[in-house]
Amino acid sequence: MPATVTPDTVEATITEALPQFGVDPSEISRDARLEDLDVDSLDLAELSQILEDEYGVQLKGEDAKKISTVGDVIDLVVSRAG
Amino acid sequence: MRREVVVTGVGAVTPLGVGARTLYERWRAGESGIENGLAAATKFDPTDHLSVKEARRADRFSQFAMVAGDEALQAAGWDRDDLPYDRARIGCVFGTGIGGIGTLERGKEILLEQGESKVPPLSVPLMMSNAAAGMLSMRYGLLGNSFGTVSACSASAHAIAQATRMIQYGDADAVITGGSEAALTPLSKAAFASLDAVSKSGISRPFDARRDGFVMGEGGAALVLEDAEKASERGAEPLAKVRGFGATSDAHHLTAPQPEGVGAAAAIRLALKDAGLEPQDISYVNAHGTSTPLNDRAETMAIKDALGERAAEVPVSSTKSAIGHLLGAAGAVEATATILALRDRIAPPTLGWEQREEGMDLDYVPREAHPLNINGGPAIALSNAFGFGGHNVVLCLEV
Repeated sequence: MPATVTPDTVEATITEALPQFGVDPSEISRDARLEDLDVDSLDLAELSQILEDEYGVQLKGEDAKKISTVGDVIDLVVSRAG
Repeated sequence: MRREVVVTGVGAVTPLGVGARTLYERWRAGESGIENGLAAATKFDPTDHLSVKEARRADRFSQFAMVAGDEALQAAGWDRDDLPYDRARIGCVFGTGIGGIGTLERGKEILLEQGESKVPPLSVPLMMSNAAAGMLSMRYGLLGNSFGTVSACSASAHAIAQATRMIQYGDADAVITGGSEAALTPLSKAAFASLDAVSKSGISRPFDARRDGFVMGEGGAALVLEDAEKASERGAEPLAKVRGFGATSDAHHLTAPQPEGVGAAAAIRLALKDAGLEPQDISYVNAHGTSTPLNDRAETMAIKDALGERAAEVPVSSTKSAIGHLLGAAGAVEATATILALRDRIAPPTLGWEQREEGMDLDYVPREAHPLNINGGPAIALSNAFGFGGHNVVLCLEV
């Protein structure tokens, strides 16, 4: 069963995942821009795999255009799961 | 008049440690990087040299390339933030035999155990054989021609040869070249073993009568090649000249060398011709010397055939006696070791050589390094690399 989807749970998943990609944990916040965190399309592909595992939500290539901050990713996952 | 090409920097990661000088000095001293029949780069920890992001974005073979590349650029006196030439005039040619086979194997395990949707998205960019070339061009901001060379155990010698031509011909002013290999993986080890190419005794003793196959190794080397005139203008002190190369094919067998070394001898002749030299000018041969029964005999015949009377006088030794066979990285690692040996006017030893085989009567430099007999002239060497597929590459280097 996918985990319960709330902004907090998704944020927690992302906050745990990004440091594996080399992101400084202290820089991660809802407002942080992915570009500033040096999160690129390959990182997003890995992140989306983790989010799909956890919440059963797929992020696809065209979603990348709608996403610029960590908060955008959280909102997209929560809205899609709803 | 073609342009002259110089080597201004070298770097290496090998079973003898991190650093080109570590490789050369330990080999010269007779130390071996082989343990339990394998030559792993055990001193290499990617996190000592690369950020988390850099390390996870690269298969081990590309990690070797980046660390060797950084050393080579530093040795050449290049400022990575202010490269000495127009970026569009700097290329990158980097070889590998197999590429990211460790990444491939992990991906296949995940596919079988967890299913398609769990296969990592980084699989392709990490395992592709040109990944190291791509990573280096990105790392240093090189905008000229860049690509990977793939010709099994001659891959990085081909890379250096191609890089040399690019500069000689005027297509580039400098090229970062070399090669790397990280194939000490379960599938790769089993596959080479089943091919009967790997030493059952676990001993690398090239040219010795008891040799029974090669010892698999891993690592990489990078060389900075520059147009000699431009290097001189910027005040660089070259380590060596690349005088030329010869490259041929056996067209004989997918894995076995032509038994009389005909293709290898032709490559040596072409290298001499390309360099404008005679056999008498050669003072050292860094052999491919794999420790397989077939290669070492065929290579001996090739050297005798191509160098004629000179073959009896010139020292011939194999770096693989100290570090095993680094497959696609071998050509670049051995060219690097050769350059440093030529600078010291030394022929490093073929470790483990004790028993002569009938007909294999060259000076294989047994036991310990000995000085080159060059009477104050330039020290010129041939560095041989031969690959499955019947590829033969011979580099001619001068210090």
